[in-house]
Amino acid sequence: MKKLFVSFVLLAALCGASATVHAEEAAVAAEAVATVVEAAAAAAPVPDKGDTTWMMLSTLLVILMIVPGLSLFYGGLVRAKNMLSVLSQVFAIFALVSVLWVIYGYTLAFGDGGVLNGVIGDLSKLFLAGVTPDSTAATFTDGVVIPELTFVAFQLTFAAITTALIVGGFAERIKFSALLVFSALWFTFSYLPIAHMVWATGGYLFEMGALDFAGGTVVHINAGIAALVGAIVIGKRIGYGKEAMAPHNLPMTMIGASLLWVGWFGFNAGSNLEATGGAALALLNTIVATGAAALSWMYAEWLLRGKPSMLGIASGAVAGLVAVTPAAGLVGPMGAIVLGAIAGVVCLWAVSNLKKSLGYDDSLDVFGIHAVGGIIGAIGTGIFVSPALGGVGVDGYTMGGQVMTQATGVLVTVVWSGVVSFVLFKLIDVAMGLRVSEEAEREGLDTATHGERAYSL
Amino acid sequence: MKMVVAIIKPFKLDEVREALSAIGVQGITVTEVKGFGRQKGHTELYRGAEYVVDFLPKVKLEAAVQASLLDQVVEAIEKSARTGKIGDGKIFVHELEQVIRIRTGETGAEAL
Repeated sequence: MKKLFVSFVLLAALCGASATVHAEEAAVAAEAVATVVEAAAAAAPVPDKGDTTWMMLSTLLVILMIVPGLSLFYGGLVRAKNMLSVLSQVFAIFALVSVLWVIYGYTLAFGDGGVLNGVIGDLSKLFLAGVTPDSTAATFTDGVVIPELTFVAFQLTFAAITTALIVGGFAERIKFSALLVFSALWFTFSYLPIAHMVWATGGYLFEMGALDFAGGTVVHINAGIAALVGAIVIGKRIGYGKEAMAPHNLPMTMIGASLLWVGWFGFNAGSNLEATGGAALALLNTIVATGAAALSWMYAEWLLRGKPSMLGIASGAVAGLVAVTPAAGLVGPMGAIVLGAIAGVVCLWAVSNLKKSLGYDDSLDVFGIHAVGGIIGAIGTGIFVSPALGGVGVDGYTMGGQVMTQATGVLVTVVWSGVVSFVLFKLIDVAMGLRVSEEAEREGLDTATHGERAYSL
Repeated sequence: MKMVVAIIKPFKLDEVREALSAIGVQGITVTEVKGFGRQKGHTELYRGAEYVVDFLPKVKLEAAVQASLLDQVVEAIEKSARTGKIGDGKIFVHELEQVIRIRTGETGAEAL
């Protein structure tokens, strides 16, 4: 109880401190923005209603991915005694990050950080200062804008799903209070800088020309590495490798995977920021790469293990979705199929062979699917963006150069997320403990932590 | 009176129930159980993790019958539950000391 209180105070302090320091600054900034908006009113481009509708719909689709989708995908994979703990974790993280995002996340991710702009934004839009229904955000086309509030909401969902994805690495043994503190800090020190570096004007990787259409590095590699570090620092589940830890409800996992797939159209095609042919390309790629990956995982498993499993088909689909994320609007449909097919087989290898040989307990294979699939996608984008291979091409493209740039993006993300996650997990472990007691772990987190059970007769 | 306990394959339950009704057994109690005998278990594979499942799902049925009916009951279960393959199950017969119908308080054979 005491520790729970401490974690709450920590959070409150984090928000409160920045509030007092920057309230004044924010007010001044708001005034400045208002003046600029007024002056430019005559020539300012007006958002298209179709684009606006598409972006709001995409935002809702990504929420569909998280709250029911990811929750059920993960929930079905744990044992029955931990079902509600996973559902609570994903739900609470979504709620937490959505609040933090509008308070200080958006401005740090997409603001102009001055001398630090290569790495992080500023606090000029703290508490969304100056962001009104009339303010606009740029898209990829000159002179085309969308309402800034739509952009804020859309990007909010990305921050939330990334932080929630990590849960799978240490499911069934993490202490809930420690997880909430970790989520707030990791969102601040890993998600925000990486998102800024990759997506914001002036960001280090953005300016370098690293391509990440919908978040292969920002979302999947970032979260996958954090999950791996978490799994290693927290340690294996009691009985791992000795007791059976079979998924308790694979139909739930199938429903979750399906909701992920549907929601991913908002994620990938929404990342086009406009309802155009580019969005259509991302949408089609998100279908065919996923299909190819589901098939390649299924056939590989059938060939190597004797049986094509439902879990294999669903896992392959998610691996394909991850791999096509950075590529969605940049490669052609045939390139997407190849990317997906490679991701299905390599991720199967990662969750069975690589995981076994390294001996870590990444409960729900966040590393094996999201980090490995994300790396395949990030590197593959550098190859299949080539016009010769059906991609849309980029200015001054050479395959070798682009692949090197992509690899730099991967490396920066892996190192950044790895170091930040390691430091945070260690600090929290010392401060409040990361793991539930052995007794609670054996009993199951549903009753031990949350005081309720998922299923009763 | 005798208590007949049989462990059978789950999909044979309906046939066994029909066979028992046909010879006048008034009621049975059924439980889903798991266990192992000579029949081997199977392996399950979830992504990379392989689990050997030793305990197979079976149905346990219990019927309290008059001693005079015992041979017919055993024969009915044997015939209806048999597939000839390993894992068909077993029948156990116990002595039954007393039976009481809760609603009326009747005892012994009256209560069956």
